[in-house]
Amino acid sequence: MIMTAENVGDRQGLLFPYRVLDLSDESGFLCGKILGDLGADVIKIEPPGGDAARKVGPFPAGRPDPSKSLYWLSYNTNKRGITLNLEHPRGQDLFQKLVCSADFVIETFPPGRMEELGLGFQKLRELHRRLVLVSITPFGQSGPYRAYKGSDLVAMAMSGMLSLVGEPDRPPLRVTLPQSSMWTGMYAAAGALIAHYHRELSGSGQQVDISQQAGQLWALANAPAFWSTNRTVPQRTGCRIFGRSMTGATMRAIYRCKDGYINFIIYGGAAGQRSNEALVGWLKEEGLATESLLKKDWSRFDIAKSTQAEIDEIEMPTAELFHRYTKSEFLEQGFKRNMLGYPVADARDIMEDPHLRERNFWRSIHDPSLGHTLKFPGGFAIFSEAEAGPVRPAPRIGEHNAQVYREELGLSQLDLVELQVQKVI
Amino acid sequence: MQNGALTGIRVVEFAVFAAGPVIGKQMGEHGAEVIRVESVHRPDGFRLHYPPFKDDRPGLERGGTFAIFNNDVLGVTLNLKDPRAVELAKKLVAVSDVVIENFVPGVVERLGLGYPSLKEVNPRIIMLSSCNQGQTGPRAEQRGFGSQLTSMSGFTHLTGYGAGEPPMLLFGPYVDFIAVGFGLVAVMAALDYRRRTGKGQYIDLSQYESGVQFVIPALLDLQVNNHVPGPQANRDSRAAPHGAYRCRGNDAWCAISVFSRQEWEALCKAVEHPEWAADARFATFEARKLHEDELDRTISQWTEAFAPREVMEKLQAAGVPAGVVQTVGDLFSCPQLAHREQWKELPHREFGHYAFEGPPFVLSETPAEVRRPCPLMGEHNEYVFGDILGLSKEEINRLSSEGVLA
Repeated sequence: MIMTAENVGDRQGLLFPYRVLDLSDESGFLCGKILGDLGADVIKIEPPGGDAARKVGPFPAGRPDPSKSLYWLSYNTNKRGITLNLEHPRGQDLFQKLVCSADFVIETFPPGRMEELGLGFQKLRELHRRLVLVSITPFGQSGPYRAYKGSDLVAMAMSGMLSLVGEPDRPPLRVTLPQSSMWTGMYAAAGALIAHYHRELSGSGQQVDISQQAGQLWALANAPAFWSTNRTVPQRTGCRIFGRSMTGATMRAIYRCKDGYINFIIYGGAAGQRSNEALVGWLKEEGLATESLLKKDWSRFDIAKSTQAEIDEIEMPTAELFHRYTKSEFLEQGFKRNMLGYPVADARDIMEDPHLRERNFWRSIHDPSLGHTLKFPGGFAIFSEAEAGPVRPAPRIGEHNAQVYREELGLSQLDLVELQVQKVI
Repeated sequence: MQNGALTGIRVVEFAVFAAGPVIGKQMGEHGAEVIRVESVHRPDGFRLHYPPFKDDRPGLERGGTFAIFNNDVLGVTLNLKDPRAVELAKKLVAVSDVVIENFVPGVVERLGLGYPSLKEVNPRIIMLSSCNQGQTGPRAEQRGFGSQLTSMSGFTHLTGYGAGEPPMLLFGPYVDFIAVGFGLVAVMAALDYRRRTGKGQYIDLSQYESGVQFVIPALLDLQVNNHVPGPQANRDSRAAPHGAYRCRGNDAWCAISVFSRQEWEALCKAVEHPEWAADARFATFEARKLHEDELDRTISQWTEAFAPREVMEKLQAAGVPAGVVQTVGDLFSCPQLAHREQWKELPHREFGHYAFEGPPFVLSETPAEVRRPCPLMGEHNEYVFGDILGLSKEEINRLSSEGVLA
């Protein structure tokens, strides 16, 4: 179905009645962003001085400045921002007041820390039986590794993800941009909404316990199936795809092209047949098809039984073919010819992609901290009944202190000054 | 089954491979009744074409990937080329809450199961369409798989050993699973909206656009600094040491990441090399960054004498973030994942026993549960067409023999 102005209904977000208190550090910031992109009122609560992730680059011109971390600004759009010192008894008191008007709290403290602050789940629940508390930690609220420290790399390692990326004889690799906080934040949002659904029916909230280790597991795709099925262990295979053939043959996936790389893979099944036939057609036009490729009956090609020699024979002329084209030419040709495969895109390729432009994917948002208007990715999906995606820039440190503490909690200007002096906010 | 958070919700899937089914299966683990519509004429690619197969013997019910993506769903067969099957599909939709499909745009419409048709039989239906690049736009109808879309979404370019080296692949269709997580979020948000307003809706989820959500800092870096971020192996601009270090054993590694002075000093003490902390090359973060190759060699010389688990335990005891580079096999004996009941062994006709994968999060009051192995082809035809739609045994038998339930 095609979305038009007429059939996109309510401009308020799907989740607009709900309030989220977001205490999270970078391991949880996507969770709050997702709920905010869906219309919830998300209040980011930072310690005085700001969230530690504001110190993470990249920064404009490489100059660190807590109000200009592009990393932090990426995942705190659609949030209001206040400061609050939870170590201070008055801070804890204010937090409890805020909790009473909230539907969700997202937190990333080590297990047990919220209890030490007098803000554990049981305590919050006494205040507010309907509360959904989303707790994000490296390994979970309980269990033998609950006190272990985490990081993106540690989560990648312990989830098995690292073991599957890189050359077989070299160190296993992570993605250079941290991914564990993305997976964890996304599934934290899913867990929050499932708990919310149940709360609305039962009247009772609950705690969502998500670990970075477990949150990462679906990034392994079907790798665990190899163990479950035959007790075999998939290994990292560099630029090649493993596990498609029972002979152990691997398929090349990364090809050099004129201005970068292309991801193309020989596939089986009906989709593979179409794609492989189109490839041979293209090879023929370019004078690169071998006799045996021209004679090959792709309807009989069984990827699961293919041998390395058979695969190599297809891949050699293919490499030569792709060398003649650029990434965008390949994308155009692949689409026209109904071939599987996409370019290895970098940030510029994504920003310049006409397809995303045609779909009105980008949202221009002026960020006063940066003094720039930037294009942010729009919603992760298009909903017929509501807008989704970023609308407001990430907050400056304590930007909404007055709004939240005065207008909503009813504190006076004098109270605010006093709280500042006492380093509560 | 009765106390899952999503008990009472019914989901129908016209879905294949991963991006559709893994959403439904996760809802099933929380108690939703999920009906996976298949056809014997076009079985799921993971039933037929992709290993692993039990004991390497292919067979419709022996695909391990199909298994791990389809627990906790009911399996029915409908030959949607037959108009009577389409009518039955619509009857199912009429008594359901959510439809999930992930065909190439246009396919469900050609089958007569597009959103406008389904809305007619059930105005409250929530329909999620997940495809590579969305339902609109110049390349909407491009066919593609997640293993490659992962590259177009920016991840491959950000993975590798560094300048001058080719990019490295992530395992499998990484971006499909990002779309699965966002798809689950989207459906849950739409269910809440319907509870409040009574309105169903249509959701167009582009896997590409979902994927791009995970690389936003790279896009801002380009816009602000005109810098195109590339791969830096395991290095991190704010940590040193930061990498996977070789340990004792075959292809054995441990990840170590040191972000603060405190962690660095704790590491030096824990590995009994207090002199490193005093070494001018390593004393400060800036110095360690400047001598990072030497630092990595020095750390490796120590780690190589120990098994990965010993390295992790020593360092974690000192408060240093470290973790074994677990293999896929290790995940099944990891005590922490076992504590969370991440894997659940269930009996299955062809596999004997199969360890299915549970959800990434634990709900304190309504914990999800893996209760049902992946369905055999058409295993639940009788329950779904009989008990839910009210067809008699005779009708079901007749429709089966006439190739409608096939």
